Amino acid sequence: MATDYSSYRVVAARHPWRWVGTAVVALGVFAVAWSLATNPRWEWGVVAQWFTAQSVINGLLETLKLTAISGILGFVLGFILALMRLSASPLLVSVSWTFSWIFRSTPLLVQMLLWYNLGYLYEKISLGIPFTDVRFFEVQTTTLISQFAAAVLGLTLNQAAYSAEIIRGGILSVDQGQLEAAAALGIPAWRRSTRIVLPQAMRAILPTAFNEIIGLVKGTSIVYVLAYSELFYTVQVIYNRTQQVLPLLLVATLWYVVITSVLSVFQYYIERHYSKGAVRNLPLTPLQKARKFFATHAVANTARNAR
Amino acid sequence: MSTATTSAPATATDPVTTPSTRGLVEITKVRKSFGATEVLKGVSLTVEPGGVAVIVGPSGSGKSTLLRTINHLEKVDGGFISIDGNLVGYEVRGNRLHELRGKEILKQRTEIGMVFQNFNLFPHLTALENVSEAPVVAQGCSKDEARRRGLELLDRVGLKGRADAYPRQLSGGQQQRVAIARALALDPKILLFDEPTSALDPELVNEVLDVIRELAKSGTTLLIVTHEMGFARDVADTVVFMDQGQIVEQGSPEHIFTNPQEPRTRSFFSKVLEPAFNI
Repeated sequence: MATDYSSYRVVAARHPWRWVGTAVVALGVFAVAWSLATNPRWEWGVVAQWFTAQSVINGLLETLKLTAISGILGFVLGFILALMRLSASPLLVSVSWTFSWIFRSTPLLVQMLLWYNLGYLYEKISLGIPFTDVRFFEVQTTTLISQFAAAVLGLTLNQAAYSAEIIRGGILSVDQGQLEAAAALGIPAWRRSTRIVLPQAMRAILPTAFNEIIGLVKGTSIVYVLAYSELFYTVQVIYNRTQQVLPLLLVATLWYVVITSVLSVFQYYIERHYSKGAVRNLPLTPLQKARKFFATHAVANTARNAR
Repeated sequence: MSTATTSAPATATDPVTTPSTRGLVEITKVRKSFGATEVLKGVSLTVEPGGVAVIVGPSGSGKSTLLRTINHLEKVDGGFISIDGNLVGYEVRGNRLHELRGKEILKQRTEIGMVFQNFNLFPHLTALENVSEAPVVAQGCSKDEARRRGLELLDRVGLKGRADAYPRQLSGGQQQRVAIARALALDPKILLFDEPTSALDPELVNEVLDVIRELAKSGTTLLIVTHEMGFARDVADTVVFMDQGQIVEQGSPEHIFTNPQEPRTRSFFSKVLEPAFNI
């Protein structure tokens, strides 16, 4: 007869090496933190002084503005380009392909300078009938393309070319049967893309898309070539004047860390949202996990104390 | 628009009163090739309104492809398909056939429901959202109306109370029944079943077949590709035996199952019938 184990006490598996590892890691973290805090050459006082200075905040807002505008416009345009590329129309396919080809094969720096100096290449921009003198309207290029416009144009078009490929990749990862089922139900093409395919493609798109957005946050610093005062350009101007190079670079770096951290939190929750239906039960959020950890450990502690 | 959508649920929920005057399928000398392989070699088949045609045959015989040409998921290379006298995928103008474009094809498809072997439910939408999506966007039904009908249809396929479940939270049989409800939501003239039970565990097959049996009495024209011979015999008006891209023989279930004339039909059934009839 089988032994009855029901009266035995269950002892949870122990992981002593995890504790050793934790101690080593904690020591390392402490050492780094200590050196950061005590080495006077980091000049934390200067960092603190400039961190929330008006000019730095203005630069930060410009960075956020450029990232948001060109990020959103870039991904919207990228989505349209991806759909064009996957469409049945040879015209749309080649237009989309050519767009990506041009903007991925020219340096962003060059694109930016070309947009800004469009006035040098074409003095006036006009709408009319080609090869005749008929003009409906005409405008000086330099009044049309400001620093801001050149920056947004350059970043958006470049971003669109890259995000088109990311979105196309995501769409290709969705099972062909989904499209067939939607087509068989008579669901119109645009709705098929936005309601059926895109939400499923999102799971594949999001990690890379957030890579792009985070890259863009720092990538906006390239607009220094237009003397556009976003965050990085601003701190450069300041340290050229004050010679406090390292602490001012730290100011910019810390702000980039803050933005990226906030974006990472967004990424976590957006990814979780789109995993709806793809997993049977949604995983716990970190907050829920923490609450559960403390709840179960509290129970374990009270149980131990009672014994 | 509103009259069309309000009159629809009455016929969808009340199978007895549905007149079998719509859903005539006429397939004439249809040919289709994939690359160098010709998978349909001039297939002709007529299914009367309200009829139930079950298509059987070895795999690779072109059964599924034939089904998919009916709602233009596959474009035919030759021949014609018409539904109630209207050509699928083309419009007759004078003595020319004009190829239809996206929108018109979609409109034709709303008259034809299709149920797939792998269900193809939309995994990010709940059962109810799966069922009520097409009536809203393809037929202009109001959201409330689509929801009400969706719940009714889920009830009809025995899934009352599972409306808010996501497909992955349902068993295979339940998923396929949601897929059937989804196909019914457009109140189609014709329903196409492409091996609806082939991806199911044996014990789940019957719950799906029972739903289809009910539909067979409803006056909707059904075309079913299946390997379930007992079910075919039970539900079909006409059994069609296909092999190598051609219809070899067709007739009543009694005729095809007990007294097939063609040697190819006989050899096929001698291989598949024994196990099916043990059930």
